[in-house]
Amino acid sequence: MTEELFKKMAQAVIDGDSEAAAALAQQALDRGVDPLEAINKGLTAGMNVVGELYSSGEYFLPDLILGGEAMKAALAVLEPALKASGQRRQVLGRVVLGTVKGDIHEIGKSLVGSMLSANGFEVYDLGIDVPAETFVAKSREYGADIVALSALLTTTMLHQRDVIEQLAEAGLRDRVKVMVGGSPVTQAWADQIGADGFAEDAAGAVVVARRLMG
Amino acid sequence: MIRPKLEFLSPETVRRAIDEAYDLLWDPGVRVHYDEGLKLLADAGAQVDLNSRVARIPRSLAEKAVETAPGEFYLYNLDGEPVVHYGGDDVHFDPGSAAIEIVDYGATRSRTPVTADCENFVRLAEMLPQIDALATSIVCGDVPQSMADWYRLYLLLLYGRKPIVTGTFAIETFAIMHELLVVVAGSAEALAAKPRAVFDVCPSPPLLWSDITCANLIDCARTGVPAELVSMPLMGATGPQTVIGSAVQHAAECLSGITIHQLARPGSPIVWGGSPASFDMRTGTTPMGSIATMMLDCTYSQIGKAIKPGGLPTHAYLGMADTKIVDAQTGLESAAGAILGALAGVNMMSGPGMMDFESCFSLEKLVIDAEIVGMAKRLVAGVDDSEEPLALAVMREVGHAGNFLKSKHTRRYFRREDYIPTEVIDRDFRQTWLDKGALDITARAHRKVQELIAAWQPLSLPDEVVRELEAIATRQAAAAGLSRLPARSIT
Repeated sequence: MTEELFKKMAQAVIDGDSEAAAALAQQALDRGVDPLEAINKGLTAGMNVVGELYSSGEYFLPDLILGGEAMKAALAVLEPALKASGQRRQVLGRVVLGTVKGDIHEIGKSLVGSMLSANGFEVYDLGIDVPAETFVAKSREYGADIVALSALLTTTMLHQRDVIEQLAEAGLRDRVKVMVGGSPVTQAWADQIGADGFAEDAAGAVVVARRLMG
Repeated sequence: MIRPKLEFLSPETVRRAIDEAYDLLWDPGVRVHYDEGLKLLADAGAQVDLNSRVARIPRSLAEKAVETAPGEFYLYNLDGEPVVHYGGDDVHFDPGSAAIEIVDYGATRSRTPVTADCENFVRLAEMLPQIDALATSIVCGDVPQSMADWYRLYLLLLYGRKPIVTGTFAIETFAIMHELLVVVAGSAEALAAKPRAVFDVCPSPPLLWSDITCANLIDCARTGVPAELVSMPLMGATGPQTVIGSAVQHAAECLSGITIHQLARPGSPIVWGGSPASFDMRTGTTPMGSIATMMLDCTYSQIGKAIKPGGLPTHAYLGMADTKIVDAQTGLESAAGAILGALAGVNMMSGPGMMDFESCFSLEKLVIDAEIVGMAKRLVAGVDDSEEPLALAVMREVGHAGNFLKSKHTRRYFRREDYIPTEVIDRDFRQTWLDKGALDITARAHRKVQELIAAWQPLSLPDEVVRELEAIATRQAAAAGLSRLPARSIT
């Protein structure tokens, strides 16, 4: 019975069906299923399939992103119960993500967020035009392992350096790794500003984030 | 004589698309991150929410702006000749912009371009007759970022004769670029009367005017320097996935820009342009060489031509490829875009020379693309059927002997009936080709690049104009923290 429910939850993620995923998560709670088990055997199992289908070329970005959205919708239902039970979801790492100050470009950053979520990271997306101070404050608040900074413009990528400097000033630099990305960003730039990682695209960001987590 | 014409939409669909675009201006409205833009809109009757910075623009207000926007205008070269006609179905090409990388012949890695690259670029673009206008295509990495926009224009004005497609990277630099243009034109009035340059202004999809682009739009209107809207929905990413859906978004973004622009000064010239793209759902890249990108360009151009009687001038980023080196894919993508855009009657196509998702320039590609442009222009000139009789006279004159090479008729027509390429295009017999070194097109193009750059002749700008340009550049460079301008190879 419960196995059947897990299967359905996985399928809802594979189908990218947020409504179904959330409803099934509620069903799980109503039946007294352990929320952590529902996450691991249902949602994460489904997300793994999505990841495999993407790698094999059958699934594309919209499939991946909607899968991530379905997982998020179900997690929103399950997480209060998870917290109440004193358990914590196993994640690869906690990532604070955003597009730097002065830059309103959303899409690349959001893709990275979806990819990281799909691959087992917990992602706090701060949005666009995020001041350096906010990155610092939120990194502290969420206990971030990684801060990921996006910029699309040559004029705004300079602010990636500001964030790194402010993290250092706040005494957080030893505790968080910094990843940078965006169209004009290169490995050379990452090296120049003392970032720990750079990736050209969202799939590369996952590889880098994994490496940074050791 | 029929001009071959490509249209994707029925008149009914065009009308529906335009209606929906006007509807979008009201609900959800347009975000404007610039107080003066919001004020212009509010004073004219738009509903403005100062907190969310959303302006809801009534259809009647936007329609009035479309009415006052000119249906055509010209760009002029240094000699004051009207060489680019923005209007009707006339087609022109300028190099793509703005590359932050350049790829050298034979290299697989790109590099940051410097002043000498920009100089070579201008010389080459000036020497290619197929290319109608220059563009500030090369962003020089040897000057501070804060002066990179006007510095490109400065170099183009020193070395170039053709009209210029340009744009700023900041609010403040418009004034510097305008000042440089005024020096060459003689006065602000002379510049407005015979504009040498058009400024690209790019709304952010969906439906957003950033402070820079909105300020540029208003500055263009007030100075009378033409503005070129570069709306760029990315299908399925920052705009609807469907071609028609993104064309509607494009139309709404253009209409909002025209409204702000015409409120700043009615009658100022503005272009219905764009740089939208499909979105590669495997890699997350924005392919300029995809067929859907080209279809979207042609579709929005058709809408721009129907937005009012006689239409508005149109522009698109076409003739580009997404490859990292110049190869067969480069050619197929660039040719498809240029030819489709020409058939759609896009007035200005920006693209030759550009690759790697509009980020990297290749001089060899520019030379190859010039051949594509030659073909595209020939194509839209159509099949000349003006001769009477069509063939009887010449057929009877030559008779069964069959040698038309001896006929005056051949001599009269051969130059214009086909586009005659340069030796960049291979038309040799195989043995000749082998004897010449068995070069592929990129190698032949590279040879052409070197020849044309060497053959370029400097302009004879009046000394006082050159001195004045240098004085402005030196002063502004100092303000940007650069004590000495990079050395120029041409003086």
